[in-house]
Amino acid sequence: MHNKQNELVDFAVTARKYKTLLTKKFINRPTWVAPIEGEVKATLPGTVISVDTKVGDTVKKGQVLMIQEAMKMQNRICAPVSGTIQEICVEPGMRVTKDFVMIVIG
Amino acid sequence: MTSLKKNILKLREKRALVEKGGGDAAIAKQEAKGKMTARNRILAILDKGSFQEYDMFVEHGARNFGMDKKVLPGDGVITGTGTIDGKPVGIFAQDFTVEGGSLGLKHARKITKIMDHALKMKMPIIGINDSGGARIQEGVDALAGYGEIFYRNTIASGVIPQISVILGPCAGGAVYSPALTDFVFVVEKISNMFITGPSVIKTVIGEDISMEDLGGARVHAEITGNAHFYSLSETECFEQIKKLISFLPWSNTEKATAQKPAKPKSKTSIDSIIPSDPKQPYDVRDVIRAIVDDSDFFEVQELFAANIVIGFGRMGGETVGFVANQPMVLAGVLDCDSSDKAARFIRFCDSFNIPIVTLEDMPGYLPGVDQEHAGVIRHGAKVLYAYSEATVPKITVVLRKAYGGGYIAMNSRHLGADFVFAWPSAEIAVMGPEGAANIIFRKEIMEAEDPEAMRKIKVQEYVDKFANPYVAASNGFIDAVIEPKETREILLHTLEISKNKEELRPGKKHGLPPF
Repeated sequence: MHNKQNELVDFAVTARKYKTLLTKKFINRPTWVAPIEGEVKATLPGTVISVDTKVGDTVKKGQVLMIQEAMKMQNRICAPVSGTIQEICVEPGMRVTKDFVMIVIG
Repeated sequence: MTSLKKNILKLREKRALVEKGGGDAAIAKQEAKGKMTARNRILAILDKGSFQEYDMFVEHGARNFGMDKKVLPGDGVITGTGTIDGKPVGIFAQDFTVEGGSLGLKHARKITKIMDHALKMKMPIIGINDSGGARIQEGVDALAGYGEIFYRNTIASGVIPQISVILGPCAGGAVYSPALTDFVFVVEKISNMFITGPSVIKTVIGEDISMEDLGGARVHAEITGNAHFYSLSETECFEQIKKLISFLPWSNTEKATAQKPAKPKSKTSIDSIIPSDPKQPYDVRDVIRAIVDDSDFFEVQELFAANIVIGFGRMGGETVGFVANQPMVLAGVLDCDSSDKAARFIRFCDSFNIPIVTLEDMPGYLPGVDQEHAGVIRHGAKVLYAYSEATVPKITVVLRKAYGGGYIAMNSRHLGADFVFAWPSAEIAVMGPEGAANIIFRKEIMEAEDPEAMRKIKVQEYVDKFANPYVAASNGFIDAVIEPKETREILLHTLEISKNKEELRPGKKHGLPPF
């Protein structure tokens, strides 16, 4: 992305646009992405210990899908919604980064 | 040789040994990194010949892991008192050449002793941090030491100015003492602060980042806001410390020492700073420099949340704290960071009897999901809290835009401002003309044959009627509409008559600011 830190840009606040400089922190701010229901994302980076479901399984909301080790703890990853497992993107031993989509429930 | 003389020689030997710190090799290593020794740092900050050292011969009591055989001169920290510009300060400097400046219980007790003195004697305390962290061999004793320091930082908060200088690593629990103090100084390529270092982050989280990128001086000055003053060398840093000290009172029962009043020497005419187009920016610091004595404005947190400007200047010789929206950066909006920055500064000024002058030109709060989710409600509320709570003289000058919630937040009459003035360019309104016209005249605009032409007419109508200081003035929310060139005189006058201001509040243990 073009770094506009040192040049005046149009900056909209309510209905009026102001000429102003941007800060590095503003330019690098996180952009919001609407969550997709049924996507099980890693809330912490860590290692997958076990996957306790397979594609095609019917799961209930709250059911344990897999175990992920993060911050020295083994965390149970539960289904956020009831449905059928559409996709499993992880396997035991795999390291996942934050926000990595691990399982998709349809 | 008399026995007294022998004893004196013995004392001199013992002193010389401690003054050598970790020894020649360790000192050479320290200096190779571009760092001064702990002792030289103290001498560079204090008035020449004023340093009095205490607890030189304190020894650690650790017995495990071979520590009983280790001699650590001064236990890795130098403590004492001295003067800056003839006024007393307490000071301590961790000595990295002695066991990496690691903090053990006795090391911490030397620090807490000098902190206790500073608090009792009512003088500022300056702490120079250069330490690898807790002395692991001392185990929980080292943690006790940190805790005792944090406790005193908190008790002394708002009573004496507390200054932290980060001149080396400062990691883990050690960072919390600086965080509890009033001002943190960092130096490029020398200062490092973080809770968990790069190696732990890499192992646990898998993120690969250098020490500089994680918690270097620039990061803390610009991104985190943990640091207040950034410089390129230790010498520059010490000059900044002395300059800051010159603006501060020695404790909350005093006022900062007044200096000889001096007229601004700024060449810019104050009448020509603000562009006629309200959408064009300018540097609000030019306005401050055109107002303050000698045009000498000492900015705090210059690089962090630059959409608000805070700092010290003098008016008629007396220290004043300035809070000003900066149209040059992010149009001068209030957001999470600028709210934190301003609120903290306002509370500092209020704690230490420093009047606050607010210069307002802001379009409102920064819109965005990231801001809302970061809690801009809670952070923005800090500004309201800090201004309302402050009982020092509070004066506002509205330079240009004062819209909506921002108008209320920036020390409005309604939050207890003592005086509010406005330049003729001021627009004090519920929101910007475009937004207001779109809502109020929605029907007329929609139903017009040419909605765009009608919108323009209606916006102009709103500008003519409301985008000015006179509506607010007609309600007494503004005390006077003034010409820019009258600003300094009216500030000098109102600061003068506010000198004996007394404002009593209901008794309470403490309030609950929206942390």
